[in-house]
Amino acid sequence: MGRYVARRLLQMLPVIIGTTFLVFALVTAMGGDPVQNLYGERPVPESIRVALTAQYHLDDPLPIRYGYYLAGLVQGDFGTSLSGSRPISEMIADAWPETLRIAGIAFVFEMIIGVAAGVMAGMRRGKFLDNLVLLSTLTVIAVPIFVLGQVSQIFLGVKAGIFPVSGTNEGFVSYLLPGLVLGSVSLAYIARLARASVAENLRMDYVRTAKAKGLSPSRITGIHVLRNSLIPVVTYLGADLGTLMGGAIVTERIFNIPGVGYNLFKAIQIEDGPALVGFVTLLVIVYVVMALVVDLLYAVLDPRIRYA
Amino acid sequence: MRGSKMVGCAIVVALAATACGGSGGDSESKGSSGGGFSMNIAEPKRLVPQSTTESGGSQVLSGLFTPLVDFDAKNQPVLAAAESIESPDNKVWTVKLKDATWHDGKPVTAKDYVGAWNWGAYGPNAADGNYFFGTIQGYDEMNPVDPDGEEGPKKAEEPKAKELSGLKVIDDKTFEITLKAPFAGYKSVLGYTVFYPMPESALTDLKAYEEAPIGQGPFQMDGKWNHDKFVKVKAYPDYKLGEKPKVDSVEFRIFQDQNTAYNDLLANNLDIVDQIPTEVMGTAPGELGDRFKTSQASTFQFVAFPTYDKKYSDARVRKAISMAIDRDEIIKVVFQDSQSSARSFVSPVVGGYREDTCGEACKFDPAAAKKLLAEAGGIEGNKINIGHNADGGHEQWINATCDQLKKNLGLDCVSQAVPKFAELLTQVENKKFSGMFRMGWIMDYPSMENYLGPLYSTGGSSNYYGYSNKDFDRLLQEGREAKTEAEAIQKWQAAEDILAKDMPVIPLRFGKNVFGHSTNVKNVEMNLFNQVELTKVEKS
Repeated sequence: MGRYVARRLLQMLPVIIGTTFLVFALVTAMGGDPVQNLYGERPVPESIRVALTAQYHLDDPLPIRYGYYLAGLVQGDFGTSLSGSRPISEMIADAWPETLRIAGIAFVFEMIIGVAAGVMAGMRRGKFLDNLVLLSTLTVIAVPIFVLGQVSQIFLGVKAGIFPVSGTNEGFVSYLLPGLVLGSVSLAYIARLARASVAENLRMDYVRTAKAKGLSPSRITGIHVLRNSLIPVVTYLGADLGTLMGGAIVTERIFNIPGVGYNLFKAIQIEDGPALVGFVTLLVIVYVVMALVVDLLYAVLDPRIRYA
Repeated sequence: MRGSKMVGCAIVVALAATACGGSGGDSESKGSSGGGFSMNIAEPKRLVPQSTTESGGSQVLSGLFTPLVDFDAKNQPVLAAAESIESPDNKVWTVKLKDATWHDGKPVTAKDYVGAWNWGAYGPNAADGNYFFGTIQGYDEMNPVDPDGEEGPKKAEEPKAKELSGLKVIDDKTFEITLKAPFAGYKSVLGYTVFYPMPESALTDLKAYEEAPIGQGPFQMDGKWNHDKFVKVKAYPDYKLGEKPKVDSVEFRIFQDQNTAYNDLLANNLDIVDQIPTEVMGTAPGELGDRFKTSQASTFQFVAFPTYDKKYSDARVRKAISMAIDRDEIIKVVFQDSQSSARSFVSPVVGGYREDTCGEACKFDPAAAKKLLAEAGGIEGNKINIGHNADGGHEQWINATCDQLKKNLGLDCVSQAVPKFAELLTQVENKKFSGMFRMGWIMDYPSMENYLGPLYSTGGSSNYYGYSNKDFDRLLQEGREAKTEAEAIQKWQAAEDILAKDMPVIPLRFGKNVFGHSTNVKNVEMNLFNQVELTKVEKS
């Protein structure tokens, strides 16, 4: 077990190096002019261009620039952002908790409501509740997230005043609505996944055997069926948590949450290579760790899976 | 299996911690808290005066600092932090300061101005406002250019000087500015953000300074700059340089998206939105009633013809295209009247502006346009294109313009998007872009010269299209060196008349500030620099 984890963690290194280099290469390949982007539509004085180019090694070939970056990274220095010249580590430290909060709310919301709705629908196939779940999940999947976000902001925030309209200055409540909006699409997928999985497992031989042995229905579904049905759901949840933590550009923008998505958007806009690579590195680490956690959870759900 | 159980628990704990970790309510929830108000800004790039040229940072600094000169209702300079600004020959300017203190109680001295300006003018510091110091003597020694261009192997040399030779401290309250060439309107230039002073202590650690800048203006910082969230300022009790603010505090809330800010305004959670998004321009007047406001802004939008593109070398062709554009219709349909039609080459906000200097060429007259184009022998290939930057939201009006040109001139017209403005400029500079392209200009100081110089003079800083006319340059320079403002304006107007003949660009639109406020505040005004006048706002 321990060795398995260690091996998986070591495998992260080449992945991180590979992805950061890829992002670096892509930003360079954009062939834009980050210095001019900083100035918007104003002319850039020659001397400033020279100074900034030297400061950020913009005129060095890609491998050398990447070398500078790695050398910094090894020393725990993510570099400085082109816009506003803030240390990127500081930007990550500010943005990351914001994203975690809405991701956490979205995750809990989709896990509890999604699994519950899916299991109930799976148990009562073809009944009213099942149809209701199918219809509502279809609707949510069909509506783009920016529509969902803006409509809920206007109706629940501006008109009804139930939630704060935007921002993060009312503590937990501020993150509630963006969290719910962010989790809604995944919730729909999870409900459908759980429904299909439960329905399939209910037809299995072991369920018939358990019934014949006289086990109570609640024990059959609650322990046996549920545990077996949750494996695909857990896989999806794990991957989704990675996605959620990667920040949500659209949702964060609508609700004005200064998280990872907002920073990524800004960095892409002005071709801010260092910031982009810094945040992407973070996302890669999150994804790899989440994949590991999901794999370990399989063992909990299904004892036949062992990582010896 | 003990290990795997622990993993499961850890995840639950982590989730609980993140979901329940509120931000601790570090600010008032309502727009109006006690005697203050809130407004939206974009995250400032920097909060160092010499390095702040974008709107978010300038808005914050306008509360923390008082400029040497301010502008009255007629956009004429009036003294603010300066006691007097005099010059016998318009070349050597002597600035005397009023008594003032920094927010930390230390007196403001001439040294603080000179030190800050020197920092801004020194090339390697890469201050955004660097080029504003270009008119002062000694600037060139501080900003050497790369001898063989950017691509060449040679590195730019070290600057020869660290200080502007044209800046001299006379005594604690007086300093002297020597310009490279006489300029009668220099007083107006000094109203801009980059000419604010900084305390001497700031220059030793700018990073620390800009987290909570110490200024000499009507407001002082309240806490630190909370990146991406807010900047709070409170009234400075010992302020003597002008009108005291009528509120106790201002909270600048940082928004990513204007639409969100507007929704917050509708919910009365935010007191001032400095720009109503175009998407809601149709509904905003109804939703806000008399709290929907507009005022004249300095923005100037136009379409330029690159001089290297032979297609447009005949002035008659350029005029015909201009005459075939119905500006008023586009403004009504696309911009919902949030801008106004431009029929001159300088903005109405500057002294010396005259209406319709462009004359016939900017009047919508499809029949005459067609005739003129035929006289000029039509246009090569019967096809034109208009370039724009895709990230600027120009698609709609360019398409509308193209439709009009198709209809009125029978040409084929295409809008050509380039991802970013920087790329468009690079293509134009390398003479690779064929066709017209859109441009915009926001003034730095309210003077005709600030439109004529950068946009139309030979080698002007934003004259990317390469227009060059010796007579125009001469008149512009004579105006700069004129003894009086009136004489200068006369020269500049003569220069503008040349533009009407040559038609190097097609003037399209002048900008407006379109803003709104909540029921908590009144007397909300915006100035030419697209900034809310913080000291005028009152609680209602």
